[in-house]
Amino acid sequence: MPVSLPPELQKPGGAVLTNAEVLRIRNDFPILHQQVNDHPLVYLDSGATSQSPSSVLEAEQEYYEQRNAAVHRGAHTLAVEATDAFEDARATVAGFIGAAENEIIWTGNATGGLNLLAYAFSNASTGPVPGTAGRFALGPGDEVLVTEMEHHANLIPWQELCRRTGATLRYIPISDDGTLRLEEAERLITGRTKVLSFTHASNVLGVINPVEVLVALARAAGALVVLDACQSVPHLPVNVKDLDVDFAVFSGHKMLGPTGIGVVYGRQELLNTLPPFLTGGSMITRVTMEQAEYLPAPQRFEAGTQPISQAVALAAAVRYLGETGMERISAWEAELGQRLVRGLSGLDGVRVLGPGTGQERIGLAAFDVAGVHAHDVGQYLDSQGIAVRVGHHCAQPLHRRLGLVSSTRASTYLYNTTDEVDQLVEAVGNVRGYFGATDGVR
Amino acid sequence: MSALDSLYQQMILEHAKSRYGADLPADAPAVPGQPGTGQSHQLNPVCGDEITLQVQLDGGSVQAVRWHGEGCAISMASASVLSELAEGKSPAELLQVMDAFRTVMRSRGKTAPDEDLLGDAAAFAGVSRYPARVKCAMLSWVAAEDALRQAVSTA
Repeated sequence: MPVSLPPELQKPGGAVLTNAEVLRIRNDFPILHQQVNDHPLVYLDSGATSQSPSSVLEAEQEYYEQRNAAVHRGAHTLAVEATDAFEDARATVAGFIGAAENEIIWTGNATGGLNLLAYAFSNASTGPVPGTAGRFALGPGDEVLVTEMEHHANLIPWQELCRRTGATLRYIPISDDGTLRLEEAERLITGRTKVLSFTHASNVLGVINPVEVLVALARAAGALVVLDACQSVPHLPVNVKDLDVDFAVFSGHKMLGPTGIGVVYGRQELLNTLPPFLTGGSMITRVTMEQAEYLPAPQRFEAGTQPISQAVALAAAVRYLGETGMERISAWEAELGQRLVRGLSGLDGVRVLGPGTGQERIGLAAFDVAGVHAHDVGQYLDSQGIAVRVGHHCAQPLHRRLGLVSSTRASTYLYNTTDEVDQLVEAVGNVRGYFGATDGVR
Repeated sequence: MSALDSLYQQMILEHAKSRYGADLPADAPAVPGQPGTGQSHQLNPVCGDEITLQVQLDGGSVQAVRWHGEGCAISMASASVLSELAEGKSPAELLQVMDAFRTVMRSRGKTAPDEDLLGDAAAFAGVSRYPARVKCAMLSWVAAEDALRQAVSTA
C-alpha cells in the first residue's frame, strides 16, 4: 500500500510480528483466555467484531468513573473535562488516518455513516439548503456507481438514494477471481457519475481494491468518491490524504474499539457545504420558530448526545494499534491470510472465494465446503471452540455472483497465531467426513 | 454422545441427505390454484436459506407435502421429516403435531418431546439447546402451517 501513518503513530524500527510477540499481545485481551465448548477459544471472527485490549476497556470505565458529563454544553469542570476527552479522541482518530480533526464525524456505526452521506446527498437533491452546495444534488440522468462486491451497508443506502432522486445505480462487476473488472470501471465512470462508492477491502473476498486507479477515473469524471474502509482502517496503514478520497467510513468495533461508534471522514471543504442529515440539538448556531442555521463540520453532523465514552475508548484502541504499528499488523495478517488460503485450498472439496494462493489479500478467507452448508460448518467448528462467521456476510449479490447462498469466513487480527490458523484448517478438513459429504454429492 | 452428536443425530444427518418430499419443481407457480392445495415460501434472512413447500389435501387428509429448498442439514432434515410425518394426517392432527414441535423447539432443551406424537421429529429436541439454530429447524414447519391453512381454506 502506498500509504503511511503519521510519524507519531509509527512504531520506530518495529520488526515484523512473530508468534512469540503475538502471544504477548494476546495477554492484553482478557476475552481470548477462555474455554469454549471445552476447547481454548480460537477467535477467527474479527472481520465481524474484534476484541478489545484492557487499555480500551479501562479507558471507557475511567471515563465513566472520572469524567462523565454532557459535552459541548455546561460550564462545570466535569463538562469541560468530558469535552476535552471527547475532542482529544477525535484528534487521535483523525491523526490515525491522516485527517484533520474537523474532518472526523462520529456516527453510531459505519452503516450510520454511509446513510449519513446518502441522506445528506438526498437532502441536497430535494431542495437547496441554505449554505450548502449544489454539487451534492442528484436527479434523473445522474448515476451512482458501486461494485458487485459491496456489503449491503454500501449498497442499500445508494439504492434508496437513487429511488428517492431518480438517479440510476450502476455497479462495477468482478472477475471470477474476485478482483474488480477495471476495464468495466473505465467504461462505467462517465460524466453522469456523481458518486463512486466502493469498499477498500472486501469483507468476503479479502481483495484490496486499487483505490488510486478508481480515484483517478472518478476525478477525471468529476465524481465524488466514498470509500468503505471498514475492513481496511483496522488492518492496513490508511492515510485518507494519500488515497485522495472525498469521504471514508469505518467502524469502531472492528478495530479493537467498542460497539456504538463509527466514523465518517470527509474533506473539510466538502463537509462545510454538505447539508446535514440528522438535525436537532448541538448542531446549530441560531434557531427561530421558522428556521435554523448550522454549525460548521463536524458539529453540523452531530445532532443530539454523541457516543462519548465510545469515542474515548476508540481513541485508546487507535493508540494500541499505533503503538503496535499498522505496518507490522498488516504484514502479520497478510501472512495469516496466505496461510489460510494455502491450507484451505489444499483441502478436498473446499473452495476459497476470491484471490488464490500468493495473490494479495487481507487476513481473511471465506470458503465453501462442498456438500456441507455454511451453518453446519460453523456449528462443527464451534464445537471445537473455533469462532467463525457463517452466512452471506451481508453480501447477498456477491454470493449470488459466485453461485452460492452462503459461505464460511475465518478472519484474523493482530492477536491470532499461525497455530490458530492451522487448527482451523485441520478442523475444516474433517467437516465433510463428519457430515458424510465425502462422496462429493451436493 | 458429544454435544455436537446430540445436535446432529444420525436420524437428522440421514434425512438431510435423503430429503423426503423434496421433489417440488423449482419453477412451481407461486399460487398453485388447485382446490385443496396450499403453498408457502419462507426465507431465513440471517443465512439466506429458503424453502417453498406445498401441502396437498385429498378427502380430508394430507395426501402429500412437497418442497424444494436450500439450507443447512438441520433445515433440510426438518423439512424431510415433516413431509414424511404429515402424510395421511388430518389437518387437525397435523396442527397438533406442529404445536408440539414448536413447544419443544422453544424449550431450550427443557421440554422432553412426546415421541408418540412427534415420531422422527423428536430427534430435533437437541436443536432447541442452540437458539441460533431453532429457526433452521422451524423454517419448513412455518411454511407447512401457512400452506396447510391455505389448503384447508380452498378445499
